[in-house]
Amino acid sequence: MAAATVEAAGHHDTLDPKTRLRANRLGLWIFIASESFLFAAVIAARFYLLGVDRPEHLNQELALLITAVLLLSSVSAFRAEDAMAHNDRPAFFRNMSATLFFGLVFMVGVFFEYREGMEFFPPQTLYGSVFFITIGLHAFHVLTGMIALALVINLAAKGHYGRDDYWGVEATVKYWHFVDVAWVFIYPALYLVSW
Amino acid sequence: MKRVARGLGLGIAGWLIGLNLAAVIRGTQHVNDQANIGIAYVFALSGWLLGVGVWDAWVRGWLGLKPKAEEPDEGWRRYFSFCTDHKVIGIQYLVTFVIVFLIAGLLAMFMRWELMSAGETIMNKATFNEIMSLHGILMISVAVAGVLGGFGNYLVPLQIGADDMAFPRLNALSYWLIPPVAIMLLLAPLAGGFDSGWTAYPPLSETNDVGQVFFILAIITFGLSSILGGLNLLTTVTTMRAKGMKWSRLPIFTWSVFSASILSVLITQFFAASLLMVFLGRAIGMGFFDAAKGGDPILYQHLFWFYSHPAVYIMILPGFGILLEVLSHFSRKPLFAYKLTVGAFLAIVVLSVVVWAHHMFTSGMSNTLHGPFMILTEAISVPTGIIFLSALGTIWRGKLWLKTPMLFALAMVFNFLIGGITGIFLADVATDMNLQDTYFVVAHFHYTIMGGEIFAFFAGIYYWYPKVTGRMYNEAMGKIHAIWMFIGFNAVFIPLFYVGVQGMNRRVADYPLAYERGNLVASISAFVLGCSFLLFTWNMIWSRFKGEKAPSNPWNATTLEWMTESPPPEHNFEGTPVVHDSPYVYGLEDGLHAELGEQEPELVGAGRPE
Ligand SMILES: [Cu+2]
Repeated sequence: MAAATVEAAGHHDTLDPKTRLRANRLGLWIFIASESFLFAAVIAARFYLLGVDRPEHLNQELALLITAVLLLSSVSAFRAEDAMAHNDRPAFFRNMSATLFFGLVFMVGVFFEYREGMEFFPPQTLYGSVFFITIGLHAFHVLTGMIALALVINLAAKGHYGRDDYWGVEATVKYWHFVDVAWVFIYPALYLVSW
Repeated sequence: MKRVARGLGLGIAGWLIGLNLAAVIRGTQHVNDQANIGIAYVFALSGWLLGVGVWDAWVRGWLGLKPKAEEPDEGWRRYFSFCTDHKVIGIQYLVTFVIVFLIAGLLAMFMRWELMSAGETIMNKATFNEIMSLHGILMISVAVAGVLGGFGNYLVPLQIGADDMAFPRLNALSYWLIPPVAIMLLLAPLAGGFDSGWTAYPPLSETNDVGQVFFILAIITFGLSSILGGLNLLTTVTTMRAKGMKWSRLPIFTWSVFSASILSVLITQFFAASLLMVFLGRAIGMGFFDAAKGGDPILYQHLFWFYSHPAVYIMILPGFGILLEVLSHFSRKPLFAYKLTVGAFLAIVVLSVVVWAHHMFTSGMSNTLHGPFMILTEAISVPTGIIFLSALGTIWRGKLWLKTPMLFALAMVFNFLIGGITGIFLADVATDMNLQDTYFVVAHFHYTIMGGEIFAFFAGIYYWYPKVTGRMYNEAMGKIHAIWMFIGFNAVFIPLFYVGVQGMNRRVADYPLAYERGNLVASISAFVLGCSFLLFTWNMIWSRFKGEKAPSNPWNATTLEWMTESPPPEHNFEGTPVVHDSPYVYGLEDGLHAELGEQEPELVGAGRPE
């Protein structure tokens, strides 16, 4: 996953920096397009199996809350990337840590989602199957995103990255936006649609 | 070698740790607990990858550790290491998948042996089903990754005048994901095997032996490898073309790889998702495909064929690429209708994702879908026909040079014609109702993929053998192989059309006496066909050591891979390739596709110092 995103230091590279950046960006976008199809598959399964039915017991408040938190995290992620582009390292660390923190809050929310789900629509039921595979795949992506954020913060603290060389930051932030956008499709598909 | 051993050690350790950890956490001890096996596999795969090179290639960098200064492996050891040279990786793919092809071919021999006469011949029905399934999925993997992974990796950078792929380490990772796939598939028989064919339809695939879980884990891994490989090829072609290599000057093989890669990065996810659903159904009782829980097995077929129909184009498009490449170079004529053919490739990419349900006319899906899917499927024969016409137009009034690659290419033209025409009867709802699930389907599919792509694969192996090994293969043996394989292949599958039309079911170990004659002919022909690969294998090995030294351009071909030594040096070209014209400039005055310019000074393009 992050494999595609961090084609970085210490490796003999025959490409000039401009082409390298172009290649990295394209590779990341292709990867994101590919991952979109994974989410498309599980969301398609949801509508194929259940149409627009959804169970009575859905914790709407919780879902709305974690959606807001995740959206907020994209704002801080954007600000972090922007800060690095202007060599403003304190702002970078502030916003990057905030993003990681929001990610953590989201995951705690998912844990409560999981507990409620197990009670009202366990994975052995039809809605439960759709719900848990979607939430699970998405949470896995959030988790990998959080790991990438932590690694990037650590590398930046060791003095890596700068105004002209922050591909690691850019890739992680773009990936984070993708995970966020995926949720923007998942949330209504699981919580909102109905007659 | 050291790294492979380390990978195997960590892989086995990961398996044991994962299995025990899962047992403790989940409180189940049974060795056949499928969720535990899944968890163990994730640990094993991680251990294998870290051991084999991911730790040094990436993780050190991520953690901010100093890169390890390890002297690179030399000579043959490079082929057993996490080598990032695209030429080494291409050879790794080629050798691996030729071996897998031979293993899967051997399994086919056992199937034909069993089917030689009615009744039980050499194995019971359960064993037959497992062998049939294993043959199927191994051959599918050869068809998906043999040409695309092997020749795609080796040749695309050469053909576009680049010195490597865009992401060399990722490229190595794509290859090193393959051994776990092979190991899991070949170990599956020890866990009861899998008997649901390569298609793995539930409910059977949700209720059969644990071997099916091995299949699922292997194929999801294989999918990851395909996606990463496709991503790399797309990026390479887009960003690393030599000066003057416009899109309209790309060699047709590179175009075909590019088109197939678009499909592979996008749709492979659907196969992974559908298998994940089967796995979760088996492991924790999720109900996607379980009618008792309100699920629907037909959903699996939709998800599966949304991948697996376009997947046949992931297989055949690079086959077409090799075909057209060989036809042009060996007819000494420019490729006929180059631009239209490229358009046809891209049209196939688009159309192939909207035809999947032609596999499901008898599955019980909504009848209103029959008409649209029939028409869309038949529409795809238009771009396919254009490619076919390009092949014919290229040969037309050419000066044919009947070397081994050309024999294979001409054989493919013939085979694919039959494969294509018989496909129409399967796309047509009325005839498909009768032909569905008979040997007619088996014969049709083998005519397109084996008669088509695999013949192209062999054309490519002989065509590029001098380039890759630096030695000429033995031409006489090559020609005998081509003719032998062509006759053997047709003698196997024409009788199978015949018994198929009569109604013989596929995927069965036994059949009524009425089909015996056709089956006997097919089986004897199959053994004849099988023996042709012994000659091939001997030719490859013998020529590698005893063959004549190959010049840089034994075919007087025009494309860039022939403008460098055989085999190419580490950085591919002694000088900077500059492209002036189309790759197929035969018979044109002053036609010049490309030339090698001055070697650029050391520093330029050498990357920044870290
Ligand atoms: Cu199809």
